[in-house]
Amino acid sequence: MALKTFRKGIHPPGHKSLTSSLPVEILPPPRQVVLPLSQHIGAPAEPLVSVGDQVLLGQKIAEAQGMVSVPLHASVAGKIIAIEPRPHVSGKMVTAIVIENNGIDELAPEVSPRHLDPEKAKSDEVREIMKDAGLVGMGGAAFPTHVKYNPSPDQSIDYVILNGAECEPFLTCDHRLMVEKPDRIVFGLRVMLRAAGASKGYIVIEENKPDAITVLNRAVQGYPIEVVPVKAKYPQGEERMIIYAATKRVVPAGALPAAVGVIVNNVATAAALAEFIQSGRPLISRIITVTGHGIQHPKNLEVRIGTLLEDVLDYCGGFKGNPGRIILGGPMTGSAQYRLDLPIMKGTSGILVQTEAETPKTAPSVCIRCGKCVDACPFNLLPNFLGLYCEHDQIDKAEAYGVLDCRECGSCAYVCPARRPLTQMFKNTKNKLIAAKRKTS
Amino acid sequence: MSDTKVLVSAPPHIQSELGTKHIMWMVAAALTPAAVASLLFFGWWALGIIVISIFFALLTETLCELMMKRPLTISDGSAFVTGLLLALTLPPTVPWWIPALGSVFAIAVGKQVFGGLGHNLFNPALIGRAFLVLSWPLLMTTWQWPPSSLSWAGTQMDAVSGATALGLLKGGFFSNNSLSLPYLQMFYGNISGSLGETSGLALLLGAVFLLVYKIIDWRIPVTYLGTVLVLTTLRGQDPLFHLLAGGLILGAFFMATDYVTTPVTPGGRVLFGIGCGLLTALIRRFGAYPEGVCYSILIMNAITPLLDRLTVPKRFGEVKKDG
Repeated sequence: MALKTFRKGIHPPGHKSLTSSLPVEILPPPRQVVLPLSQHIGAPAEPLVSVGDQVLLGQKIAEAQGMVSVPLHASVAGKIIAIEPRPHVSGKMVTAIVIENNGIDELAPEVSPRHLDPEKAKSDEVREIMKDAGLVGMGGAAFPTHVKYNPSPDQSIDYVILNGAECEPFLTCDHRLMVEKPDRIVFGLRVMLRAAGASKGYIVIEENKPDAITVLNRAVQGYPIEVVPVKAKYPQGEERMIIYAATKRVVPAGALPAAVGVIVNNVATAAALAEFIQSGRPLISRIITVTGHGIQHPKNLEVRIGTLLEDVLDYCGGFKGNPGRIILGGPMTGSAQYRLDLPIMKGTSGILVQTEAETPKTAPSVCIRCGKCVDACPFNLLPNFLGLYCEHDQIDKAEAYGVLDCRECGSCAYVCPARRPLTQMFKNTKNKLIAAKRKTS
Repeated sequence: MSDTKVLVSAPPHIQSELGTKHIMWMVAAALTPAAVASLLFFGWWALGIIVISIFFALLTETLCELMMKRPLTISDGSAFVTGLLLALTLPPTVPWWIPALGSVFAIAVGKQVFGGLGHNLFNPALIGRAFLVLSWPLLMTTWQWPPSSLSWAGTQMDAVSGATALGLLKGGFFSNNSLSLPYLQMFYGNISGSLGETSGLALLLGAVFLLVYKIIDWRIPVTYLGTVLVLTTLRGQDPLFHLLAGGLILGAFFMATDYVTTPVTPGGRVLFGIGCGLLTALIRRFGAYPEGVCYSILIMNAITPLLDRLTVPKRFGEVKKDG
């Protein structure tokens, strides 16, 4: 039988072998953590502590504000030494709580198991747990998880899909998690199924991770969960593409997956939920992949949230030669950064360091209408025309040609022989369109 | 970090290796077997025509860009390909100034007046050829059978000296001769015709190379050739003859696949190929010229923007307005 997948897409070199067989190492907790109040999409959390306070590991130090928000927990025990604007991956200064680690890792008293039977849990109860855990999507978007499980009266959920595709080149953090903690992932998914009222769970994994497929197949025995191997193709892990691959359901443009009865979470999110239920530990650490040809010793690391890049890089032996580009996340959608005093956040999946040779400064040239972007776009857009409209600020035409359907996977810009920054242009145009719509409504 | 400079740019941070330049030089490489075949069949003057054509294409591109104070782009290979393609559409008997003038016209009028690479509406090489055919029709239709090819038509050759195989067809040569066609000889290219169009073998070698490396899409050549084959068969003619005699293979794989002047949508490409095939068959049957590849592609170039607009693919998850 042919492997399930989606239409079009691209095949960038994976470079996963740099780290795919390296077990996750635990990074010793750093001297200091910087915890931005805005770790997620939605309203920033509100501090519950003040400078000078002593906090314990796992203690809630900031409370969720509003519907789309989650609390923040201390990822080390120690003293609050600052609550002030600090550099943030967005490029802005964002208020962060800075904790000086006392080195003891003393647990807060509330960090204790929840004794929840996944098959008997109630939806409200699980949503509360998700929120208490500070849970956000750990694949990169960092959308508060409990919000996805908020039922709308006219929608019922049939499936929960765990995204273990990990289609971004270089990244292996989800792969290692699946190989090393399959039971935790399955436990998390069982709870999620219950919370969603869904009848079936899928764990979708690219075929290039056969070890993960094997162990998870074993771990799902006896549960209404199916492991779905899919073609290794980018962007297989894109939410709408993974839904299509697993269920053949097409999420209408502008709607959420719930519209077709599906919720998608990252495998790491499911594991974090399970850990909170089983041990009481909220989301205060995560697995990241530190990789690239510009890193001395690539690794998969479990790091405390708030650890600064420089501490992570030091542990990996620092740069190999002069770095050309430092990317948080994968090479297709990650963000390039120029400073190392940025903290690892809940949605940070990796640090990729490219060499100078890997970062040629190519100037974009004129579109030659080769159509390679048309053959690549998984959303069946015409990026070449969209690019021209965006370039000439014809945003109404760009909208008519579906620029708002673009999910910024980067496939078009990857294949473009003229090196046109298509994805970036679409992002800018989308922002303009959304701003204009906001103004009129 | 303070002493290190890193690049900050928008994602994606990796790109495929295939750049515009690579693509153009790969097309040039794919045309090399046909160029070599022309040298083998028509002798050294074939090479002369090719070199002159390419030289004037590069020269014209440079002069135009100097005049317009635009960046020089001959290293992108597109002018080289135009010069080479034009040469391959010329009869092997033309004087030196034919490829020279053709290339000047192709680049200056066919490409640079529109704004250079990416902006031209028509295939520049075909614009150059059309200009030459209209201006010097006699020179552009004086053919020469390769010296080694005479065994095919034997003594009758004298009577039809100069005509191409398609010309012979048009002239009713085959209807009063029970001549069995030497397909193999036609496939090798040992027949009368333009420099680079006669050898189906050499052209297909290049075409396979371009298809394997995904430089060209299969849709246009397959639908183009398919349409011609179907239409000629329906008319009771020999489809294989139509395929091998004339410029169909060169046109279908190397001219009708020109990125800039053909549709980008899959549906548009299919329509483009069918349109080219239809026009080619019609011109060959009813037109004043024996051959119709050049004008068919040029006419289809003109409606390419329309084809693109008519064939916008349905988007993933597209929601039709008003239900």
